[in-house]
Amino acid sequence: MNSPLPLHIPDGFLTVIISGVFWAVTIVMVGIAISKTNKSLGEKQVPLMGVMAAFIFAAQMLNFPVAGGTSGHFLGGALAAIVLGPWAAMLVMTAVIGVQALLFQDGGLLAMGANIFNMGILTAAIGFGLYRGVSGRTRKIRLAVAGCAAWLAVVASALITSLQLWLSGASQLQIVVPAMLGVHILIGLGEALITVAALTFIERTRPDLLNQESVTEKGGRGWIVAGVIVSIGAVLLSPFASTHPDGLERVAEDMGFLHLGQSAPYRLLPDYTIPFLGATPLSTIVAGVVGALVVLGLAFVLGQSLRKAGR
Amino acid sequence: MHADVFDRYHESESRLHRLDPRVKVAVTVLFILSNALLPDGAWSAFGLTWLLLVWANHLSRLGVDFSFRRSFLALPFALAATSAVFSPLGNPLAEWRLGPLTLIPTDYGLVKFFSILVRSWLSVQAAILLVAVTRFPDMIHAFEHLRVPKILTTIIAFLYRYLFVLADEVVRLLRARESRSAAAPGVRSARSVLWRAKVTGNLAGQLFLRSYERSDRIHNAMLARGYDGNLRTLNLHVMKPGDWSFFSMCVILILLLQLIGRL
Repeated sequence: MNSPLPLHIPDGFLTVIISGVFWAVTIVMVGIAISKTNKSLGEKQVPLMGVMAAFIFAAQMLNFPVAGGTSGHFLGGALAAIVLGPWAAMLVMTAVIGVQALLFQDGGLLAMGANIFNMGILTAAIGFGLYRGVSGRTRKIRLAVAGCAAWLAVVASALITSLQLWLSGASQLQIVVPAMLGVHILIGLGEALITVAALTFIERTRPDLLNQESVTEKGGRGWIVAGVIVSIGAVLLSPFASTHPDGLERVAEDMGFLHLGQSAPYRLLPDYTIPFLGATPLSTIVAGVVGALVVLGLAFVLGQSLRKAGR
Repeated sequence: MHADVFDRYHESESRLHRLDPRVKVAVTVLFILSNALLPDGAWSAFGLTWLLLVWANHLSRLGVDFSFRRSFLALPFALAATSAVFSPLGNPLAEWRLGPLTLIPTDYGLVKFFSILVRSWLSVQAAILLVAVTRFPDMIHAFEHLRVPKILTTIIAFLYRYLFVLADEVVRLLRARESRSAAAPGVRSARSVLWRAKVTGNLAGQLFLRSYERSDRIHNAMLARGYDGNLRTLNLHVMKPGDWSFFSMCVILILLLQLIGRL
């Protein structure tokens, strides 16, 4: 139970800028999730979400032997998003990841923003988005899509985790991406199988929780768009990152991303400065803040449009 | 299962235990942030940071090596950082051939790798010490005071309460699975991986429904006891002068560390 899961980034691996950017995005998304759930759900839902968070936590204790001493492990992000809806799932996963970091040091505090993004927000978009897209279809199609979504959610989390490590200068792209993806493509299979089996079981015993009406009520069509975009992004980026690490490195270089993470923000950032401030430490800090604000703004606009699409 | 399986709080009477939880949370976060801000290879600053940790351990009266003994949790993740050794940014130190791969460790890469290890090792110890000297409900209150939205702290409070109950449920489910999976010596008992995954999925589904229905009962019981959306505490958490002075001292020490790390 206490072994660190391979996706929980501890403190010390991500640079301050990368941690800050993902904290900013996470805070915006969780903020929207809070206002959404406050509006749409009754006060009764809070204990429900708390117990559901405990459920995800406890379900991660379930494992099944795969082969050769390794065992499949359940992460639960996609399942939570499908059954609880994306906004509630985000809050639930935030609570789970927060407690894992605080109580068990499973993942860091500074890195928590990135961890919540990787395992709570991304998985909610993929899990719910894809499932929402087929909510009116036959049972077989829905279960198949749920399985694919669960698998893809794990793979996408692994991909973004390795990209964060690489941008922080903690890993070499050509090693970390194939390694992380290789492991998680297998782990994801276990996740997919468990998710499908759990959904089958829930549908059989409590069909009211998963009927079309309750699924469409939990999140709007915007989620389908978000889910499909994130999924396509992950599907296209994974093979590209593992077969052409140089290409990705060049793209990042051109866009100025690579210097973000090479070291502590004050030292090795010669190119990453604000022109009129010159190459001073202040200039780098300002540049970092500007970068964070841009991402924040993007996330906000995305959130707003999601909200509109949701109505 | 006993409730203390998950509890990391260590009962004791010390300066750190008595400190306001807000101070402890804030100082821990600042400490971890400071580790992240220290440049690579700032060994003297890292060493002093470690001394600060030893001092905090001493203050907690849990033993000077308390956090050290529990600090190897994050080590498996260090595997992800090993590839930093082969960073192309520095001067090559050697050349290793591994099948089609040629690995070239560099001096910059080595410094980077060990800095990451030290940072994560120091940070994880601070977090270990924080939960050892702070009761979890107090910590949740600290977060509420530090403006974490109430819905999140309430979810976390519930998660903490029912984790024990649901973990018991998991143990029962796993025991049931064990007792029905008898194996004769030399006979393969388990069927295909697909079948095993399906059984585990059924367990997950079962656990979900039990939790879901339990939350209904919990909510009714809470309403019956007068729950109005607030979790109350008898511990008022007022910042005392001692809390303020401890906090300022820690901030000054951390700023000093930053200064030393950049000299």
